[in-house]
This record gives sequence, structure tokens and C-alpha cells, in this order.
Amino acid sequence: MVGGMSGSHRQQTLWPLLARRIASALVTLLMVSMLIFALAGLLPGDAAQEALGQSATPEQVAALRHEMGLDQPAPLRYAQWLAGMLRADAGQSLVAGMPVADIIAERLPNTLMLAGMTAALAVPLALAMGITAAIRRGTWLDRAINLASLSMVAMPEFLVATLGVLLFCVKLMWLPSLAMVSAEATWGETLRSCALPILSLTVVVVAQMARMTRAAIADQLDRPYVEMARLKGASLARVVLGHVLPNCLGPIVNAMALSLSYLMGGAIIVETIFNFPGLASLMVNAVTSRDMPLLQACAMIFCSAYLLLMLAADMVALIANPRLRAQ
Amino acid sequence: MMDFSRRSLLAGMGAGMMPAAAWGAALPKRGGSIRVATQSSSTADTLDPAKGALSTDYVRHFMLYSGLTRIGHDMIAHPALAERIESADRITWHISLRRGVHFHQGGELTSADVVYSLLRHKDPKLGSKMASIAAQFTQVRADGRYGVVIALSGPNADLPAMLAQSHFLILRKGTAKPDGNGTGPFKLAEFKPGIRTVAVRNPDYWVSGKPYLDRIELIAIPDEVSRINALLAGDVQLINAVAPQSTKRVESSPAHKIATTPSALYSNLIARMDRLPSGNPDFIAALKHLVDRPLIKRALFRGFATIGNDQPIPPFHPYYNPHIPQTALDLDRARWHINRSGLRGVRLPIFAGPAVEGAVDMASVLQEYGARVGLDLAITRVPADGYWSTHWMRHPLSFGSTNPRPTADLVFSLFYKSDAAWNETGWKNPRFDQLLLAARGEVDENRRRAMYHEMQAIVHDQCGSIIPVFISLIDGLDRRLQGMNPHPMGGLMGYQFAENVWWAA
Repeated sequence: MVGGMSGSHRQQTLWPLLARRIASALVTLLMVSMLIFALAGLLPGDAAQEALGQSATPEQVAALRHEMGLDQPAPLRYAQWLAGMLRADAGQSLVAGMPVADIIAERLPNTLMLAGMTAALAVPLALAMGITAAIRRGTWLDRAINLASLSMVAMPEFLVATLGVLLFCVKLMWLPSLAMVSAEATWGETLRSCALPILSLTVVVVAQMARMTRAAIADQLDRPYVEMARLKGASLARVVLGHVLPNCLGPIVNAMALSLSYLMGGAIIVETIFNFPGLASLMVNAVTSRDMPLLQACAMIFCSAYLLLMLAADMVALIANPRLRAQ
Repeated sequence: MMDFSRRSLLAGMGAGMMPAAAWGAALPKRGGSIRVATQSSSTADTLDPAKGALSTDYVRHFMLYSGLTRIGHDMIAHPALAERIESADRITWHISLRRGVHFHQGGELTSADVVYSLLRHKDPKLGSKMASIAAQFTQVRADGRYGVVIALSGPNADLPAMLAQSHFLILRKGTAKPDGNGTGPFKLAEFKPGIRTVAVRNPDYWVSGKPYLDRIELIAIPDEVSRINALLAGDVQLINAVAPQSTKRVESSPAHKIATTPSALYSNLIARMDRLPSGNPDFIAALKHLVDRPLIKRALFRGFATIGNDQPIPPFHPYYNPHIPQTALDLDRARWHINRSGLRGVRLPIFAGPAVEGAVDMASVLQEYGARVGLDLAITRVPADGYWSTHWMRHPLSFGSTNPRPTADLVFSLFYKSDAAWNETGWKNPRFDQLLLAARGEVDENRRRAMYHEMQAIVHDQCGSIIPVFISLIDGLDRRLQGMNPHPMGGLMGYQFAENVWWAA
């Protein structure tokens, strides 16, 4: 996560660093795609067998394999896929018989929306919790926030989500139990049907961020410069927001990037419980049906999202803290 | 309406009309829109009847397309798009089509559409689930605008029933990639694989007056608890695959109820007979006497099951043989057989996993009783993923799962015939094979029944397929949804609820 910083001791601007990071990200993607391809090849059965299921006869499997191009050697299939990707063509889904790009286009906006709305709720909440706890260190408020965030971490999301459904959907009937997103739904409807998934995901990701924020700020609050600023007569809000926060933005943003990257691929349980048509369940689908092009596309998206978030976190850290850039 | 009533009375079916008559006051009502959730959906969802693999596909296909025949509640084939289907020798069949039936996108149904729809199953590139059955069609040709002739490779009295399966629903001729254009009760409005299907009422449906609903949205909620929650929260009005443990929860809601379908679905323990030790007849006899069927029915399925007797025809089937004595738990006999088999103390693995309903629990029950008679069974748990291609039928002891088939011939031909691709136990019984072929061509109904009775007795006595129970299918529904009448071919009214239900709100 912080590997890109080793070269930053020399005097340099951000751009060469950014270019190097992007190049290494591309290499990472290439290696991940090879790894996924190789690992998926180790799974029992292939797309033809899975599509025919229990009712497969050897002749049918052979015919379907030929139809899907699975009778070609694996390295050749990988090379074809890679060549397609270089032309920005993710290929045909073996199972659905339609372009992978179309299937992804159906789900990616949903996942981005869910992740975006969760982030919009979770990030301010985590910052507020972390900062409050740090400022009120040792008080009952700090302990209450600590207790709350620790219990949030400890509670598995399927429990949170299921309890939420039982309470808000089945008992009180305030919210729908399914997160049905569709083109014709209004924003209000979408927000209402996504309320529980967003809340469940928030519970999962907020604790980590809040605790990192608290630790980072608490660490800075003991520094002499904070005392100096206070003695100068700066208000507590000014000290925290104007002096402390920029100094500890690096670790906070890093923790946030880690937590938020979870929202892309890790939402599988929430997607399952609320029947949310997102990318994570699509990827599980691709694995069980051995749909290689679709699996690869999902893996590439998750990997890119992770790399992008990490890159953004590092960039923010560098911009916020000039000492990291210059000797 | 008149036309349909007369015909249905003549054909002796009236299957779709039964609920209204049976429940007295409730008369079908037009209008309304419902959302239905099944348990499985993926990118493999298809509009192609030939590729239908899961309940969601069957429901979708029966909404959009119609078949030549349909299976009634009596498990007998009745006319649908085929007004008549006749044969003198059970080899050459003459079909005359109903006239004035139109496809959703225009054009009258003709023999060319039927010929195209049936022959495409013979193309191996299509990957039809019915390829092995279509292999019996030596010829399918048009005989005028409304006549079709099917010639089979051998006599088969069950052709009308086989054609009732969703895979043989009729498409428009030349449709290489089916797009929902059929003659069914609903027209396709939206189809997103793995997400949802929306269908709207077809006002020109060939059964006048039907369907009743204006719109059906079909989704899948794979997680059972979530599916029940969605029903109870009012987000969906009909669900399938309710677990026996959840029935109390549904029934405790005043606005909801369950619909139970006794079905021919079974999970069976398969002892491979073409290898040792599982092929040892004494070993198989011992296993059969180690199965505590009432316990399995009560504990695993909470009573939502029918006791089985190690042969695949359930008691409510027209050809069921009631004279075969019921095998019961008998530790003394099991011990005697084990001692005779010489397998006392030998450790044997049973491959079981969540791919087969109840498999792990059934294996545990067997293990428990086995230990009391000196049989050392070990349970090897394997994941559901890839189960059918890697474990099913591949080990001396594994579990299989067989869905209801429309005829006794189909289940015997697919799973018990010596040369069947899924001859699960690998047994070879010449007498059984001979009876199976003879029954297909037998014209006399009594003789035919007697043959099926004997086949059941042979499987019961000699085959290594151990069928403790037939599993009932449980649907959950909103009480305002009426006309749901369980159908032995499967849950959701044999996947054909769409044209038969109405919304009484």
C-alpha cells in the first residue's frame, strides 16, 4: 500500500511518481489476470459441464465445449482474452451468450451507487466519531464510541442485515426487504429500497475508519506543536481541523481507502440478503458457472478499484504532507 | 370461453378450472400485478426453452410459450397447441394443430413452427436438455399447414407426455436465438439474466379469458430466509422452495399461507453395482434395511415428504405398484446381510454434500444405524460447486437427486436403463430393459400397467438406488393470490401458475 513511497526521498514532483504507480498497477493487473485464469482452471468442471449440469452427456459436453471454444488450449484462450482486452473488448460471456461489457454495464452502476452512497454516509460519520473520541479521550463519550465501534466490527454483516430486515421490513413494514433498483424507479424509491443495504454496509466499514481516525489524531494531539497552537490561543476546532487533521491525513485516508475498497467486492453478503443486483454476486455467479471472460472482467474491475483507491490515498497523503515529497 | 370449456370437458381435463370449482365462491378476477421470487437465477437465465435448467427458467418459458400438450393434475397429457395427437402404432404420430393461434409478434402458428421447434433439439451445438429424447425423432415433417407427423425410432406411447415438458415449448420458425416470441399467456416486457423478467398479459392468448393477471415480475432470491422475509414484508406475493423449518413462520402470518405439493422429487443414496464393495447384493440389502424412513420424513422434512420404497414411482402416480412390501428399518436383518457380505468393519466413505437436499443428514442417519450392525460408514462432505461433474455416480456410495418427470418411462429410461447416460447405479438388468421397451409400445393399458408394476418390483428388489422419501415441494403465497392448485410436476403449480392464478384484492 505504501510501497510507492520508497523512491520519494529524492526531490521530485508528483508526476513521475504517478506514472510509475500507474505502470506498476498495469503489471499488477496482468499478474492478477494470469493468476485468476490459472486458479479458475483448477476448479472442477468447466462452463460447458456447469451449463448442462446434472443432465450432461459426454457428446453434449463435447459439442458445447467446441461451441464455447473451450476445446482450445488454455494459454491460447488466455492470449485471446488478453488481445481482446487490449482492444477494450472484454469478450462474450460463455453462459449468457451476450457481451461481457453489457452484463457489467447492467451491474456496475448499481455497485458504484451503493458504494458511493455508503461512503457518503460512512466517511463523515467515521470522521465525526474518530475526532470526537480523540478530543474527548478518556471520557465516557470516548468509551461509548469505542464500545460502539468495537461491537460494530464484531457483528457479522449477515446478522446486522437480517436483524434489520426482521425489524424494519417484516415487523414495522417501513422499508422494502429487497433492494430492487430499476431504471424506472425514482431517486426517492431507490434510496428507500437501498436504505437497509447502505446502513448494513456502513456498520461494517465505519468502525475501522473511526478507530484509525481516533488513533491518528490522538497521536498528534500530544505533539508540542498542538500545545503551541493552543497557547497561541487557537480554538480547539481550529487546532484539530487546521493543524492536526492535515498532519494525520495520510493514515486516515489510507484506512478509508482500505475500508472503501471492501465496498466493491465485499458487498456479497449484503447483495445476497437484499437481492441487490451488484458486481459481487455477479462474480460469484461467474465462478460457479465457470464463465471465464465474465470472471476476469469482474476481477479486473475489483483489482482496478483497489489499486485506484490506494493510489488516491497515497496521492492525498503526499499532497497533504509536503515532508513526504521533499527531503 | 365456450370453446375452451367444451374442449376441456371432451378431453377430460378441466385441470385449470378445478380450483375455481373446488373452492366454490372464488371466481377468477381480471387484473393485478404480482412479483414472484424463485430460488435460483444467474447469468445462465435463458429465453430458450431447450436450455431451461432451473425453476426460474421453466416459469419464464411457460409464461411466454405454449406447448403441444400439457400435463394435467392427473399426470396425463392433455391437448394444448395440438388439438389432436394420435398414433396407430405408437411409432408414427399425427398431430393436428389448433387454428387461429398467433405469436406475440404476429403470424399464425403453423406446422412449420412446430417442425422447426422440435428438430432444433437434435442439433448438438444447441446443447438442448432434451437431446437424448429428441434422438428418438427419426422424422418430423409438416403435413399441410396445420398437420405435423413425427416418426419415432421405436414405439413410445408417452410421446404426448414428453412433449408437454417446458423444453419442447413451441417457437416461431427460424428463431435461432429465442427472444420470448411465443404463443404463451404473457408477452415479454423485460428480460435481464440474473436480475429479472417482466411479462405482461397477452390479450390474444388462445385460451380465451386467460390469463387473469396484467403483469408478472419474476425475480430470484437465492437466500431462503431473505425469500421468506420478502414474502412476509409484502415485497413479493409468491415464492417457491420454502424449507420445511420455515413453514411455521409463513403460516403464523394471517396474510400468507403455504401450498404443499407431494412430488416425485427424491434424493437417493446410490450404491454403484458395477464395482465392489457397493455392488455386493447383501451390502445393498443391508443398506435398505438400515434406512429409518419415518425418522427421515419427520426429522429432515418435518413431515413434508412421502415415504419411499427404493423405487422411483411415488404412491400418487397412476402406475404406482401398491403390492410391493414396504422395506423398513430392521437391524437384525441388516446385521445378517452385513455378516453374509463379509464387509463387517470395513470402512466405506459416503460422498454427500449440500448439492443434494438432505444428503448429509441422511448419511448421518445411515452412519448411526450402520455402526450398530458393524458397518463402518464414513461421511465425506463435498461442496455443492461442481458436485454433479465430479462426485455424482463417481464413487461407490454417493447421493443423487432426481426431479419429477412427466412419465414413468422417462424416469426409468433416464436413470435405470442399462445403457442410460445417468444409469446412476451402473446396474444391468435385461428383464427390466426388455419390459421398459415393451411398455413403450404396449397398446393394452392393463398390460402396460402390469409391466410398470413389475419394473418397480425389480428396482425395489435388486437396484442399488435407495430412495428413503419423496420430497414435497412447498410454495409460500399471499392469501390474495388465488387459483393456486398444487401440481405433481413441480412447485409453483408445475411452473405453470402464471395463466391460472388471479389477484383477489
